[in-house]
Amino acid sequence: MSAITAAASPLKRLRALKGPRRILVHTLLVGVALVMLYPLLWMLSSSLKPDTEIFTHPGLIPDKLHPQNYSEGWKGSGNSFSLYITNSLIVTIGAVIGNVISCSLAAYAFARFEFRGKKIWFGLMLGTLMLPMQATLIPQYTLFYNLNWINTFLPLIVPKFLAVDAFFIFLMVQFIRSIPRELDQAAMMDGANPLQIYLKIILPLMRPALVTTTIFTFIWTYDDFFSQLVYLQQNARFTVPLGLTLFLDKTSGSSYGAMFAMSTLALLPTLICFLIFQKRLVEGLATSGMKG
Amino acid sequence: MSMTTTETDEVVKESTAPRTPSDQRERERLRRRAARRRGGGWWPYLFLAPWFVGLFGLTIYPMLDSLYLSFTDFDLLSPAKWVGADNYRRMFTDDPNFWDSVHATLVYVVVSVPLKLALALAVAMLLNRPLRGIGIYRAAFYLPSLLGGAVAIAIMWRQIFGGDGLFNDFLGWFGIKGQDWISSPDTSIYTLVLLAVWQFGTPMVIFLAGLKQLPKDVYEAAAIDGAGAMTRFSRITLPLLTPIVFFNVVLQIIDAFKSFTPAYVISNGTGGPLNSTMLYSLYLYKKGFTDLQMGYASALAWVLFLVIAGFTAVNFIAGRYWVHYDD
Repeated sequence: MSAITAAASPLKRLRALKGPRRILVHTLLVGVALVMLYPLLWMLSSSLKPDTEIFTHPGLIPDKLHPQNYSEGWKGSGNSFSLYITNSLIVTIGAVIGNVISCSLAAYAFARFEFRGKKIWFGLMLGTLMLPMQATLIPQYTLFYNLNWINTFLPLIVPKFLAVDAFFIFLMVQFIRSIPRELDQAAMMDGANPLQIYLKIILPLMRPALVTTTIFTFIWTYDDFFSQLVYLQQNARFTVPLGLTLFLDKTSGSSYGAMFAMSTLALLPTLICFLIFQKRLVEGLATSGMKG
Repeated sequence: MSMTTTETDEVVKESTAPRTPSDQRERERLRRRAARRRGGGWWPYLFLAPWFVGLFGLTIYPMLDSLYLSFTDFDLLSPAKWVGADNYRRMFTDDPNFWDSVHATLVYVVVSVPLKLALALAVAMLLNRPLRGIGIYRAAFYLPSLLGGAVAIAIMWRQIFGGDGLFNDFLGWFGIKGQDWISSPDTSIYTLVLLAVWQFGTPMVIFLAGLKQLPKDVYEAAAIDGAGAMTRFSRITLPLLTPIVFFNVVLQIIDAFKSFTPAYVISNGTGGPLNSTMLYSLYLYKKGFTDLQMGYASALAWVLFLVIAGFTAVNFIAGRYWVHYDD
């Protein structure tokens, strides 16, 4: 800290804090961080306490570890959580594959080709970003109902293969524009057609954008409670969020530990993504925010 | 994309061939082919084919269809029956539940958005300086935003603000006897507000990126002229930051109008007690999928769509007057 304070720039001298003010800022930040994270720690600790202790012993450290909550919760109701997790995996993996393929194809077209009405199509694409999903909900539901797709994963996966998540198209268009066109042209001279250029040049080079798309699609689809609630009505098709809501109906106070255990478990995939990709998530978000 | 190659081809042709009518025709043909290649012919349409199907099949057609359905009685099982503007009339004049949901949603938007943005900006300002452990702080503040949409978080929130939950333990330290904040119709909506404010990380990260781009020399000049911290904030930071503030306001308002999961989980799908957590999206869901009044739900959806479009437009127009763009 002192090294920074002593740096030559007058600006650094202005902005870096010294002595009591520095301590004040750190205290404030640590305080806010504690308030922010305490609920999560409380849930983790509650998931390891016997039901009788959760609300009577508010401390973070359980007197005695009670991991049975996890095995009890795992049994679920109707079906076990292993089924809910499998179902969530099917939906999220399908959605990720769909988004990566369909959005990158569309982005390639928008970033590299001239065609009639391109500006209008691009504007429409951006317009769909603002559209609340409720506006198309009922007719989409009717469509999938008539196709007999209710209680299947198709309504959650097939739209992703049709590039309905315009946010990712936009993200990828920005990225492809930063890839030098000379690479395409060189391949073109070697006789490559646009599909080969897409497969051999654009896709490999846009890997960072594809990773960002994969992470966000995974997290958002995994958490997309509304669509899952609407389209999946049989217990055997339930995903993790739907499996969790089953705990809400239990009026007996005896399953709180199990509920906390499965809730904690349900947050793990997102948490792991966050720990691995923290920097990319924060940066991806900041740049998309600045450009949007 | 094929511009360079085809144009050089043409140049070569031109310089070697004498100008005869048949050559002119040949050149015309070549030029047309070059233009087509530049455009990529049918390639872009091929790449966009999935998106076109999605745009028309899952966005434009459903938009128009839901507009039509909003003027009908429709229960999914039998054909839609035209009822004119009856759904809209009923909504505005004959449905107290609708007004309850409007009230809950407005309280939610009006209280949570300013609080969330103020906190996001304040913390971003604190973080916008050389500081040890800044990465850890940023991660800690951002994490709730990433997890916030999950059902698991809403379940946790429900227990925290329950009668014997964490929040009342905390109040107990100060000798205050709390209540069940979730099941009291006066306070339940504010537990949702707090949950939204807890997720201030997204606007914070966006603010932080904006703060980093502010011109530093202006601050130095102001400091030399003796401007205090408050003056620097109100005269420099805030005016220069308006585009980002503007962006965050639009984004957060739209998000708040679409919020569904926390209200559903905290009230166990009822929107209660006494409709106090009946956020608009929850009411729409109940009308459409619990009561199977899908015509009415379509009308609700169109009102929501128009309100969001209106808010966005007003924000953009107002933005022209108070947003500073650096050019």
